[in-house]
Amino acid sequence: MAIVTPLKTAAEQQLVQQYADSKAELPGGPAVRKLREDAFAGFEAKGLPHRRLESWRYTDLRTLLREARPLAGGAAVTAAMKARLTALKLDALRLVLVDGVFAPELSTLDAIPEGVSVQSLADALVSPREDLTRILAGPSVGNDDTGLALNTALMRDGIFVEIADGVELARPVVIVALASGDEERAVFHRSVVLAGRGAKGTVVEVSEAAGEAAQQINGAIVFETSDESEIRHVRLVTRQQAATVEVQSLLATVGAHAKFDSFALVANAGTVRQQHFVRFAGEHSEIGLRGVNLINKAQHSDVTLIVDHEVPHGTSRELFKTIAGGEATGVFQGKVIVRKYAQKTDGGMKSNALLLNDGASMYNKPELEIFADDVVCGHGATVAQIDGDQLFYLMARGLPRPQAEALVLQAFAGEAVEFVGDETVRELVMAEVEAWLKAREAASEVSTV
Amino acid sequence: MLEIRNLVVKIADEDKQILNGLNLTVNDGEVAAIMGPNGSGKSTLSYVIAGKEDYEVLDGEILLNGENVLEMEADARAAAGIFLAFQYPLEIPGVATMTFLKAAMNAQRKARGQDELLTPDFIKQVNAAADKLGIAKDMLRRPLNVGFSGGEKKRMEILQMALLSPSMCILDETDSGLDIDALRIVAEGVNALRAKNRSFLVITHYQRLLDHIVPDTVHVMSKGRIVKTGGKELALELEKSGYASYGEAA
Repeated sequence: MAIVTPLKTAAEQQLVQQYADSKAELPGGPAVRKLREDAFAGFEAKGLPHRRLESWRYTDLRTLLREARPLAGGAAVTAAMKARLTALKLDALRLVLVDGVFAPELSTLDAIPEGVSVQSLADALVSPREDLTRILAGPSVGNDDTGLALNTALMRDGIFVEIADGVELARPVVIVALASGDEERAVFHRSVVLAGRGAKGTVVEVSEAAGEAAQQINGAIVFETSDESEIRHVRLVTRQQAATVEVQSLLATVGAHAKFDSFALVANAGTVRQQHFVRFAGEHSEIGLRGVNLINKAQHSDVTLIVDHEVPHGTSRELFKTIAGGEATGVFQGKVIVRKYAQKTDGGMKSNALLLNDGASMYNKPELEIFADDVVCGHGATVAQIDGDQLFYLMARGLPRPQAEALVLQAFAGEAVEFVGDETVRELVMAEVEAWLKAREAASEVSTV
Repeated sequence: MLEIRNLVVKIADEDKQILNGLNLTVNDGEVAAIMGPNGSGKSTLSYVIAGKEDYEVLDGEILLNGENVLEMEADARAAAGIFLAFQYPLEIPGVATMTFLKAAMNAQRKARGQDELLTPDFIKQVNAAADKLGIAKDMLRRPLNVGFSGGEKKRMEILQMALLSPSMCILDETDSGLDIDALRIVAEGVNALRAKNRSFLVITHYQRLLDHIVPDTVHVMSKGRIVKTGGKELALELEKSGYASYGEAA
């Protein structure tokens, strides 16, 4: 029998070598090592995801990663990193990763509230609890994704947060992943958040460059939330180098009578692929996935999500807003699966894009897979230009075109931002949106569609 | 003073000509009414004066105090003193009415080389003007025109007119969609703004609005031109005889 071995690209060969060289020193006992081995075997069989795979159709990672950068192993703390942290005006429990490695000296560990435990993932993996190994193995959706498999195989560190039953966080937990940017490096980090029964709180992820060099970032965050919990996740990818390629996976398993929502802002980044794999594990829960993508120049933002209604009485909402100028490309691929027994599912998915000129593109691909017969599900996808009538109305009141456009665009993005539950975080998000729009207004950029 | 000379306008993307050599003068302090049937070009005229882009001006000029406004973008025309009260004010979801009002007032001040308004002064001005028009505070906090009734939207237009204090006000079918009480409030708002240095161009189908905003002159528009000009009694005449004698179907 002939065995067909697909030709490996340079980057794939480098990844194979890196894994072979580093697997002995990557954290984790035998169970974790087995996870890594299985995940890497999956990657080796399929290679880097490419455009002939439906789920990666518009973000060809194989082409984007011509060379796999050397694996980062942390980096020294720099003044630029401290400056970034100072600029991040958020009253929070701050946990910092530098090139994917936990940096306690930059974190505010004295601020850990009662009922919350924090550990670096590397520490947690030394003798991992049974449930952690299971959680890292991934949920039933997204498991076949090669981007995620690479993360499982090569994850070096991250943050492991556990919120005890009934604990309500007074301030958000913010995980700041800084790219040192001294040299071009590949960063693989994974964080895990476990929320106990009735736990409530907001977890913010910030992904930023604190240096000039481009990075290859593969990050993942896993949420397992218990019954009656209310957990909100916010991700800000707002300061990355243009040549940085970032793959971010969000995995969430949500208990019964619980609420989970996630909001992500991408602005001033390079190539960002966000993939959300979320599933309802308990009945009568609500999941919301939302985001705003502000892209111009040659930037690329891909949001690909799967929401899996495995049980009845689940409510899910997705709302993504993309504003694309320059030669930028936006992608939204959303799939809502309603299993046979998931009766009374209520699903609504929307992706709205505004293209600011002829060079910008948007690919919208909403999908519903419904096997139950008593559900309410809908989706809508739009691609448009700025409404000329709205613009005229504002200009007829004296607003110069760039300012009128900024106001319309802010309102467009605001429809998604308003779902960010924590007020201080919401203000931070809106300030980032406004800063992006102000920069555009200051450059007197106006739409030309 | 607004002078429109031989204005010829077509829709930008079509061959359809709407205004066919229109001439009109509105003097300082004058309230001029334009009446005419559907499709005679009344709304187009208001849009072209305000600077909407969907039209192409083939000939003629529009002078505001001697200055040709056709070269200006809509925002510059607004800063020069032109105000269009829209027939269908646009809903701008996500933009709080107060935010919008402040942005508009300050943009015009900036264009005229004035300092930005201080927030307390701004709030005082808005509250005073809103009270006169019976606009509730809660409406000012809502997104601009979103979920407003027809009457609320028109009152909001008049509020903007009062705050921006333009010299040339154009009211495009301001009476449409208003019940009699709302009409009275809006008309009172307009009448309160009548001044020696402020002109009005009141566009309407019906004489009804002109009972409340009494014009100095009435112009009849048909097929893209002014075909007759008279005093306020002309409006009453039209109400009886219709537009048929001007070559239009009623």
